[in-house]
Amino acid sequence: MSDIKTVQAPIHAASQRRHFVRSVLTNPTGLLASVALLIVITAAVFAPLLAPNEPSTVQIFKVNAPAGDGYLLGGDGSGRDIWSRLLHGGRNTFLGALITIFIAASIGVTAGLFAGFYGRKLDLVARWISDGIMALPALIVLLAFYQALGASIYLSMAVFGVMLSPGFFRLTRNLVNGVKNELYIDAARVSGLSDLRIITKHILLSVRAPVVIQTSIVAGIAIVVQSGLEFLGLGDPSTPTWGGMLQDAFANIYVSPQAILWPGLAITATVASLVLLANAIRDRMQQGGVPVRMPKVLPLTVSDTLPGAAPDVLLDVRDLVVAYPANDGWREVVKGVSLSLKRGEVLGLVGESGSGKSQTAFAILGLLSPGGRVLSGSIQFDGIDLGKSSEDEVRSLRGRRIAYVPQEPMANLDPAFRIGFQLVEPMMTVLGISRAEATRRALKLLARVKLPDPERVFRAYPHEISGGMAQRVLIAGAVACSPDLLIADEPTTALDVTVQAEVLDLLRDLQKEFNMAVMLVTHNFGVVADSCDRVAVMKDGRIVETNTATELFAAPAHDYTRMLLGSVLEGGETRTYRPPMTEERRA
Amino acid sequence: MIRYLLKRVASGLALLCVVSALTFMMVFGATENVARNILGENATADQVKALNSRLGLDRPLPVQFGDWVSHAVRGDLGPSWTMSESVTSALASRLPVTLSMVTIAVAMMALVSAMLGITAAVRGGWADRAIQIVSIAGFAMPNFWLGLLLVLTFSVKLGWLPATGYVSFSASPSSWAASLVLPVTALVLSGIASASQQVRGAVIDALRQDYVRTLRARGVSPRSVLYRHALRNAMPAALTVLSVQFIALLGGAAVIERVFAIPGMGSLTVSAALIGDVPVLMGVVVTLIIVVVLVNILVDILNAWANPKVRM
Repeated sequence: MSDIKTVQAPIHAASQRRHFVRSVLTNPTGLLASVALLIVITAAVFAPLLAPNEPSTVQIFKVNAPAGDGYLLGGDGSGRDIWSRLLHGGRNTFLGALITIFIAASIGVTAGLFAGFYGRKLDLVARWISDGIMALPALIVLLAFYQALGASIYLSMAVFGVMLSPGFFRLTRNLVNGVKNELYIDAARVSGLSDLRIITKHILLSVRAPVVIQTSIVAGIAIVVQSGLEFLGLGDPSTPTWGGMLQDAFANIYVSPQAILWPGLAITATVASLVLLANAIRDRMQQGGVPVRMPKVLPLTVSDTLPGAAPDVLLDVRDLVVAYPANDGWREVVKGVSLSLKRGEVLGLVGESGSGKSQTAFAILGLLSPGGRVLSGSIQFDGIDLGKSSEDEVRSLRGRRIAYVPQEPMANLDPAFRIGFQLVEPMMTVLGISRAEATRRALKLLARVKLPDPERVFRAYPHEISGGMAQRVLIAGAVACSPDLLIADEPTTALDVTVQAEVLDLLRDLQKEFNMAVMLVTHNFGVVADSCDRVAVMKDGRIVETNTATELFAAPAHDYTRMLLGSVLEGGETRTYRPPMTEERRA
Repeated sequence: MIRYLLKRVASGLALLCVVSALTFMMVFGATENVARNILGENATADQVKALNSRLGLDRPLPVQFGDWVSHAVRGDLGPSWTMSESVTSALASRLPVTLSMVTIAVAMMALVSAMLGITAAVRGGWADRAIQIVSIAGFAMPNFWLGLLLVLTFSVKLGWLPATGYVSFSASPSSWAASLVLPVTALVLSGIASASQQVRGAVIDALRQDYVRTLRARGVSPRSVLYRHALRNAMPAALTVLSVQFIALLGGAAVIERVFAIPGMGSLTVSAALIGDVPVLMGVVVTLIIVVVLVNILVDILNAWANPKVRM
């Protein structure tokens, strides 16, 4: 049993914890915030020693006095030392904030741990209560309860803690829901640890950092609200408080306007430090300490127009390099790909996931993910150099001449709009036709892709149709403007096996009907054998072999192709193809 | 959709009942000193007893609550203990003032944070940094302190706008607007800060979705991708923030009304809290819960419009 505990949670050892604290402190913002907080807290704790005057000593001739003469920041409306009251005011502010965060965190985290871990009814009830509390304007409730709670601001802050507990509750509950089915929790459960022990020992650890962030934020809210209550006159008038000082300054705003500055600055600086500290911790957690920066030097995009492309070549890609910014410069995902496609030809681009085939496709469309860039190489489409064209010129090709069929049909329809609109809008934009005409064509297209009830699909929202239907819709959208080139990125991967064949048939029919060139990105040689004239095999961002489909299947030249084929085909014959796998991978 | 809404209404009613009962027990449970507060230190024990029985405070709490409920459902929230008018009529004259201020604040917040959030999401760079700074400042500055600074600058020093006081819309629309400029500004800053960050996140999220790439691949214009598709999908997140901020503004208004001497729900609550006018406090809490429930239902309806999946 004890050795099963070695299946450990990502527990930070004590040294890692110190490392974490250090890295938050080495961040300039984190350091600044920590130092500022430390100063304010020290000042509050040692206020009796630091303050030059008793905070409640009244000197009549110093009413609303300007700074100087023993009163560092001047006197307030009753002739008391503003600086000394400021130092003392911090004490009660921090005590109030401590009460609030203690109550809010203990209620919220406990409820969140149990609701998240046990779920079901407990979760339902806890969520209803939490939503209910969040629907209440906290300040109004505190005001309403003022008579019942009495003049002590601390009781009010305790009630405020209850009102802020939903924040902790929701945070913890969601985090627990995220980790409770992790392997190490299962391992702990199998090893016979009690639920309570799992919750306190394993789950509490993984929610610790977000809870620290939330605590920092809640402390800020508590300080602001407490000062608001004191400003309104709630609380004990005999204790110096920042909010109470603002109330006094407000009463004397015409006589001594500068007095409203100091308490407000104290509150703002303290709360800002808390937020900045929370931000620093969050940044540290999200980025693993190293801030990701865009590499400063952008390599120039090389785009030599190479002569000699045959006249019937539609797409000519030469030495294409695509990269994304990484911690240490650019990470290349496509490393010098060259390929070409004739009019009406079907090219299969085959490789394992991560081989760069989708990125090659996105580069041709000019739709790389944010940050992605074509570093060098050229893409020529029907004699137009896409690398030298403006974004608007490339956009005018998309939809009209180059079309795209994506991999995940359901994720590629906008859930907020009807399917009809998603077909009509691009046609109106690209072809400049009227809505009525676009509607007529869209219905015809939906019938053409063999959807059983085009009218119904036209009116439906994406969540109302199946994945196979959605893929037909997307194919209809792709061929809507009779493109010359169709780029299909794993068009059948996400579909049921029975639907896959139908969708491939449909693509093949449409390819013949429109005489389109098709670039079929896939990892499936079955799909290739079914539909492609030629095949390019990709591995690690490079093309390792290009051949006609027939010849490639008959005599694969590259070891990697043989390996891929071997992993697909069944029967005795394939064994002769299979190279020694381990050596291959090492090579 | 109808069923979903009915469920929300039922949940709102349940919330109203629970909160009314709890608040009643809290505020009416602590009324030993109220009669003495009202009558003053020199009142005799007999006078206190007489007042307690006149106010009905000598009855058991559940009986008092039952009595209060039976009147409240007919719109009668009882007499105020310190003012000459009834609670209902006091609320009726105060609620529109606060609601108009808060509604304008929410509208401004929606507008400004949408602009800032979208700019930051699309442009990054300076807009992003500006939002970060504004949101830290907006979070850290208490709204009433900001209000005081605004009064100090624009009223005391520059004399451009009235420092305090409220002019009703029917009396003079232009003075009404002038009297609301500073309070609304003070009220809205922290909301703008947090809402624009949420909008930014939601828009970035929406622009990363696969369907955005597909729409662009079909030749849909960038303007339509952003304003029609991404924004509609970012809407539920933004609406949720607005409804949360609306609740926060109702509370924040209490302090702001005090600074600017605006005769709204907030200043009514504060004076009732300080003096212990329990029926008024009860009325305020119940009224605001009803407002919050109604706003949340409105948000649900808007959400259903933006997100068809909810409509089922």
